[in-house]
Amino acid sequence: MTDLADLTIVAAGRGLRSGEFSSVDLLDAVTRRASITEAQLHAYLTLDKKGARSAAEAADAAFADGKDVGPLQGIPIALKDNMCTIGVETTAASQMLAGWKPPYDATVVRRLKDAGAVVTGKTNLDEFAMGSSTENSAFGETRNPWNPDFVPGGSSGGSAAAVAVGSAFGAFGSDTGGSIRQPAALCGVVGMKPTYGLVSRYGLIAFASSLDQIGPFARSVEDSATLLDAIAGWDRFDSTSIDGAVPNFSGSLDGGVGGLRIGIVSDLMGEGIDTQVRGAVSGMADKLSEAGAEVVEVGLPSTEFALSAYYLIAPAECSSNLARFDGVRYGHRSNVEGTTEDMMSHTRAEGFGPEVIRRILLGTYALSAGYYDAFYGQAQRVRTLVRRDFASAYEKVDVLISPTSPTTAFPVGERSADPIAMYYSDVCTIPSNLSGEPAISVPIGLDDKGLPIGFQVMAPSLGEELMYRVAAAVESISEFTKRAPLASSEVVAP
Amino acid sequence: MTAWEAVIGIETHVELSTKSKMFCGCPADIPDEPNTACCPVCLALPGSLPVPNVKAIEGIVTIGTALGCTINESSLFYRKNYFYPDLPKNYQISQYTFPVCEFGSLIVEVQGEPTVVGITRVHMEEDTGRSTHVGEGGGRIQDAEHTLLDFNRAGVPLVEVVTEPDIRSAEQARAYGAELQRIVLALGVSDAKLEAGSMRFDANVSVRHVGTEELGTRTETKNVNSLRSLQRAIEFEIDRQIAVLEDGGSITQETRHWNEDKGVTLSMRSKEESEDYRYFQDPDLLPLEVSDEWQSLVRESLPELPAAKRARFRAAGVEAETAELLADNLELASLFEAAVSGDTNGKLIGNWLTGEVVAHARRENMLVSDSALTGSHLSDLAEMVEEGKLSSSAAKEVLNAAMDGDGSPRDVADARDLLQMSDAGEIEAAVDTVLAENPDAVAKIAQGDSKPIAFLMGQVMRHTGGKADPSIVQRVLKDKTAGDA
Repeated sequence: MTDLADLTIVAAGRGLRSGEFSSVDLLDAVTRRASITEAQLHAYLTLDKKGARSAAEAADAAFADGKDVGPLQGIPIALKDNMCTIGVETTAASQMLAGWKPPYDATVVRRLKDAGAVVTGKTNLDEFAMGSSTENSAFGETRNPWNPDFVPGGSSGGSAAAVAVGSAFGAFGSDTGGSIRQPAALCGVVGMKPTYGLVSRYGLIAFASSLDQIGPFARSVEDSATLLDAIAGWDRFDSTSIDGAVPNFSGSLDGGVGGLRIGIVSDLMGEGIDTQVRGAVSGMADKLSEAGAEVVEVGLPSTEFALSAYYLIAPAECSSNLARFDGVRYGHRSNVEGTTEDMMSHTRAEGFGPEVIRRILLGTYALSAGYYDAFYGQAQRVRTLVRRDFASAYEKVDVLISPTSPTTAFPVGERSADPIAMYYSDVCTIPSNLSGEPAISVPIGLDDKGLPIGFQVMAPSLGEELMYRVAAAVESISEFTKRAPLASSEVVAP
Repeated sequence: MTAWEAVIGIETHVELSTKSKMFCGCPADIPDEPNTACCPVCLALPGSLPVPNVKAIEGIVTIGTALGCTINESSLFYRKNYFYPDLPKNYQISQYTFPVCEFGSLIVEVQGEPTVVGITRVHMEEDTGRSTHVGEGGGRIQDAEHTLLDFNRAGVPLVEVVTEPDIRSAEQARAYGAELQRIVLALGVSDAKLEAGSMRFDANVSVRHVGTEELGTRTETKNVNSLRSLQRAIEFEIDRQIAVLEDGGSITQETRHWNEDKGVTLSMRSKEESEDYRYFQDPDLLPLEVSDEWQSLVRESLPELPAAKRARFRAAGVEAETAELLADNLELASLFEAAVSGDTNGKLIGNWLTGEVVAHARRENMLVSDSALTGSHLSDLAEMVEEGKLSSSAAKEVLNAAMDGDGSPRDVADARDLLQMSDAGEIEAAVDTVLAENPDAVAKIAQGDSKPIAFLMGQVMRHTGGKADPSIVQRVLKDKTAGDA
């Protein structure tokens, strides 16, 4: 018999509505799964057992009353710990916010609650979402569910791992340079970054405001679209959110790739991309072609500079966004004797981890008088070039495809001493953040180490429907149904 | 030794009196109880985001339009980064390139001499919270034991008006400050209270030799919270700089603090730090669009500006100084407007309003608006004086009575028997009687002695019970005695 924790959201929703099981049953199943996997995995920073239980009971009561607010009603969902949850500790995996309980819900959280979702808890991340391995968490790293000696990717590694092992049916993360898609690829789940502005950032602890987007993790493309349906749309609390009609994404999966023009990004298929990853992506491109798509090679020449531009823009914005953590109003406050200025600087030195400090310094430098134009100004010009590259590519093709990550998961500790190697993990994902366009990672197989390979589908601004249609085709061709070994109920904590 | 010349530019912060703050829904009308008008946005809680207040944008566009600025159809919000405990985000949302308004001007007059002061820019930003430094130092941060923070003011919409360095004297600076305050009040966008800090000036002052083009090193003086201290602080700063330079020293570019009690400006920082605000465009806010339609809507609903109002009052016969007083006072101005039309004596009514009316209100400890005085009272009174029916001292009495609610001027003058005899026929008859009774006096006058005229005037006044208009009596007397000669 299938463990309930292994169901997709869509299947679980059917069971809830047929009365086969209750929301409390689903919550019990993921809680049981977490109790088995957490010791090795450490996907969660906080399990809100009490809150989840009452939400599940409320969902069951609603079903009993004949109330049904949609496909997420009664579904246990996890949230990256950089989204504000009222009364539930929200830390961004930083000592700076240890113990901080927000007095308000992020817009995404409120919409999920309104949709009847059951929030299981808060998942681990690289501190303030800065990292690609979830090793930069102040509260201990998360491990890869396919092999705990490997990293789960990052920064939303906790959400990716939780969905991969079934300690949540779905989860949300944030993607600034690939922080949803890269861990999704490394953990063998579906991870999606929406068009910038499709989802409200209100209540998401900012890393780099012009790049941050919240998006879903799921075990199927259909689940991913279902999760996006619940959170997308204009929000009066985020003036960068897009005011316009939102399509029904979960209704946009059929149609296949017949007649579509698909561009495989040659600049992301060369040197630096692992041969097995490259092989798997080419193989899938061939199959898409067999399925009726016209697959052509397309260049995005400015991707060469995208990584450097990103590592100026993101730190610059973060240096300003994180200035508010000064010990004055909330969070950690240093006990140092001295002036207010001493208190503020010691608070920051004590509260932030090394990667966060590195990026704040980098960004402060990039914005300083005399350097602004050479660094931040230049990076903004590259950003414009990246946008132009995408625009001219989309004149020729409908969607673009590439690997999600240049390699599969890497061993814990391997890149932590080498920031540049770590930064390179995002080379395939960063261009979509710079352009603000949607992209999704779909698992398409395993490498010879048994680690998942992610396949990225990119689409023009607000092209989520087309992106999902192609992703659904990729999913059905790949027949990737393997589950992470750690998800097995037999795994026992060491 | 060539003479010195001061070069002055003024930055003015104006708190807008919108209902809510610049980027959140908290009340902008600051409550006394500290930290009671705050939310996740103005406290800069993690995850919060700013959303611009449309009313505040309307306010700044109104100010910019009144100052003759170009309104940028698309303007940008920037972050001004600096750490300070009462600045919740440790950056202030402000503007840098492409402010809402640019390239305006304001004409100020000192002793009838007009000067055009260029307005460089008018930009939108948010206010900080308030720090109260507690300890021995009497409120100075350097000596404080601890600091109390109140974030009620944090995020209140603030407009900054920056001038070109076109001002040449402290008097001009004061006149500029006064005129800007009048404009802001006339627009109704701020209460512009200098003492309460809802309007604040920073003065950039440098000096140079007359005839040189190059600008001297400037200082910026803060904490100027009245028009008088603006003038005093600038006067002090000009004198100080000249003294330093004549002594062979040099001016340090620095921020100085006006000390009202001692009447001096003091350097604010012990060591000179060059601030690098690391301005960059705020990624949380889209470019601010002010469409042509919106601009013309604002332009069309612009009230009459103080300069136009003064000109109108002067055209009605009011003297320059009185016109300024009238235009500055909404209730006096509206009484004036209600009283004066066509060929009414504007000068007389203007003088009454700024003189006797204000004085009587002060004596009686009441507001002019609470008095019973109306525009038609004033116009009737002026007419009666013009017709010679009322003496100027009687007119004052009637005016006071009308303010006290004793009735219309005509009724009061009647009831108190204050009306003058101004009918020439009646006066002539009285004069004839007096002349007939005093042939000796008449004879003396005929011989060229004009002294008895005063005696005869007194006789006529006595005869008419003091009600004859003395000017008419004098004229008639002169006519009649001359005719006899």
